[in-house]
Amino acid sequence: MQFHQHTLPNGLQVIAELNPSVHSVAAGFFVRTGARDETEAVSGVSHFLEHMAFKGDNRISADDVNRIFDEVGANYNASTGEEVTIYYAAVLPEYLDATMELLSVMMQPSLAQEDFDMEKNVILEEIGMYDDLPSFTVYDTIMATHFAEHPLGRSVLGTKESVAALTSEQMQTYHSNRYRAGNMTLVVAGNTDFDSLLAMAEKHCGSIPTGQCERDLPESIPKQTLRLVTKGSIVQQHVMQMGPAPKGTDELRYAAELLSVVVGDDSGSRLFWELVDPGHVDSADVGYNEYDGAGTWMSYLGCQPDRVEENIAVMTRVFEEVNNNGILQPELEQAQNKVASRIVLRGERPMGRLSSLGGNWVYRKEYKSVADDLKTVRALSLADIDALLKQYPIRMSTTVGVGPREQLDIG
Amino acid sequence: MSSQKFESFSLPSGLQVVVEPMSGVESAAVTLMIPAGSVFDQPGKSGTAAILSEMLPRGAGDLTARELSAAMDNLGLQRSVSGGVGYITFSAATTADRIAEAIPLIASIITAPHLNEQQFGPSRELVQQALNAIDDEPQQRLGQFLRRCSYSAPWGNPAEGTLVNIPDITLQDVQQHYNSSICPNHSVIGVAGNVNAAELQDTVAAAFEGWSPKEVVALDADGVEASPKHVEHDSAQTHIGLAWKTVPYRHARYFEAWATVSLLSGGMSSRLFTEVREKRGLCYAISASINTQKDQARVFGYAGTTNERAQETLDVMVAEIRRLHEGITEDELQRCKARAKSTLIMQQESTMSRSSSLARDTLHLGRVLGLQEIRSRIDSLTVDQVRDFALEYAPDSMVLVTIGPDALDASCLKGTAPAE
Repeated sequence: MQFHQHTLPNGLQVIAELNPSVHSVAAGFFVRTGARDETEAVSGVSHFLEHMAFKGDNRISADDVNRIFDEVGANYNASTGEEVTIYYAAVLPEYLDATMELLSVMMQPSLAQEDFDMEKNVILEEIGMYDDLPSFTVYDTIMATHFAEHPLGRSVLGTKESVAALTSEQMQTYHSNRYRAGNMTLVVAGNTDFDSLLAMAEKHCGSIPTGQCERDLPESIPKQTLRLVTKGSIVQQHVMQMGPAPKGTDELRYAAELLSVVVGDDSGSRLFWELVDPGHVDSADVGYNEYDGAGTWMSYLGCQPDRVEENIAVMTRVFEEVNNNGILQPELEQAQNKVASRIVLRGERPMGRLSSLGGNWVYRKEYKSVADDLKTVRALSLADIDALLKQYPIRMSTTVGVGPREQLDIG
Repeated sequence: MSSQKFESFSLPSGLQVVVEPMSGVESAAVTLMIPAGSVFDQPGKSGTAAILSEMLPRGAGDLTARELSAAMDNLGLQRSVSGGVGYITFSAATTADRIAEAIPLIASIITAPHLNEQQFGPSRELVQQALNAIDDEPQQRLGQFLRRCSYSAPWGNPAEGTLVNIPDITLQDVQQHYNSSICPNHSVIGVAGNVNAAELQDTVAAAFEGWSPKEVVALDADGVEASPKHVEHDSAQTHIGLAWKTVPYRHARYFEAWATVSLLSGGMSSRLFTEVREKRGLCYAISASINTQKDQARVFGYAGTTNERAQETLDVMVAEIRRLHEGITEDELQRCKARAKSTLIMQQESTMSRSSSLARDTLHLGRVLGLQEIRSRIDSLTVDQVRDFALEYAPDSMVLVTIGPDALDASCLKGTAPAE
């Protein structure tokens, strides 16, 4: 396993973890842009633009993009989040050059009006699809509520209205502001060699315009809030809660990840034994999410509408017991064993490595191998957990419910 | 494609074991498939297999549910028990050095589960809540209806159970299901990863030693639910499901069937994606895939679209399915082959996907298909072969299920099969 790093003359960073013993190679552009970098007037543009990237440019048409990806047998996709937009593909090594060419074209799409108008329909359909999923509605609503007045509160999809009103000129402006070489990282994992990779990068990515991008990182100050989205046609009540946790650059984030496994993993955790195992809920978990300049504890609960209050009370009691007394050594070790095995399994596939490599680089400009990650997890102690809990107890400030309930009495 | 080796052997109980040692990986994965799924649910007790799957890991042998869970977590064992239609499947993976310790725990879950009153209530409650949650996900719900309208009972039984039946299921029903269906004969365990086959053979043989064979229950076919079917739902989209007959995995022409579905829905250059989404912008999600049981199979198609565009979406989908045999090009087929090739090669990076292929192949085919063999069978497909299959198996009738505010006009389904 060998790590390499290079910056092209236009400022594009290239990082690679190469491994001759795997069969495939994965490549992806991590663009440091997302919903939080939008203004109200262009809400949803990052995600819409991600779709438009697949429409190609004057030389390689939309049909060509789809056709060539299939011709090389690529396993490919793209995703847009609050902070990062990712375009990636895993292929056999002999197709890396063709794949890099396509991915590079996608960084500078022509954004033709005709394609824009047609794709807008697809985006509106995607919004409709998520509207029918309460588990998504609850997430979108809690982000908007917890991060009210903060850039992280912006919806990734936007609304039907904001997307309908978007113009291709607005998208063009957003693209030229955000898709600059200095705001992107080309990440590669798997079976190739760095010299040929660099030659490909220089050939295909040299024309991406230079430039850096700014991003405001205001503090988020969540208020104690309860918000309900009432829909009689929903059977279960879906409840999410959110509270402040370490930022993406805080060393405490490792302890936060491990603690979330002890307290809220989907099996064998404290919440599991208190709520899922006895059959009180359909599911209950708590996770830690890291962002640029922010972090959250986020819990989810799905249960029968008439049992929300008692289940939330149990959840809060579990959190407060941990906040007050910490956790036990055997719990810590069990979580370390679980996480270590997940790291190893995920790391066996180039696609699995890609997201970890890209995430570490975009957020922290650091490289961590599988061995580094394992070492970090193994080194965590109860003292680290206590230090975390002192600063960031699992205490929720925001609650959002989606389902039939019109009122919730959760103190 | 690097060469694969399989070692397979049978225990005296009839349990088949297939091992694939893999290089370049640190993990190992186990898939155990037992023919005890929802097809064996008794009439009026739909959900028994689902409750049994929920109860199996809740304490086994000398270990309570918590002790068992902690022991598996300490081995880093990622695992799931899933109650399917035909089979109950236990899948697990961890680093290869822990697998020999994990296998006895997995065996105890299957051969010595507690299945007691204390665990029954919560398990039944959870299955009921999971069914409520499915009601909140129209696409999943659609899948259940599509299956019931496509296969005769019990093969159309929902794997997750049926809400109205859950209160009537007792602990005795679950124990009865366990006693009659959880047996080693007709079950398979597949292990793939950085393992030594000979050492593993001893471990597996010792762990499953006490599991004795049973007479397997024969099933009688019952009715199919009527279609077209519409389920009224206050949703933003209309969810459209289509189903038609094709050949199962074990059939000599399966790869031709695979190619036809791949032409329809294999990648972003496939016909449904191009015609429905790219050219007309009618939907975001559209797909078609083969659902195969041992002796029968269907193609299931899906699209989700806003209500005012649902009729056009259905009409275009059906037209594409009907003209599937027309104009198949060499390039089009070549793209399907290329995607298959890279999928097969990338399988060699995943112990989880290999172990499940080992188990599934053994059950469906009686042997494991090597990746090289699959690849040469796919490579040898010709345009003529695929077109002939598309013509011969063109659906003369299709099942239509919709979930949404309004039913659609199903007259587009009434066409006849194309004649050559």
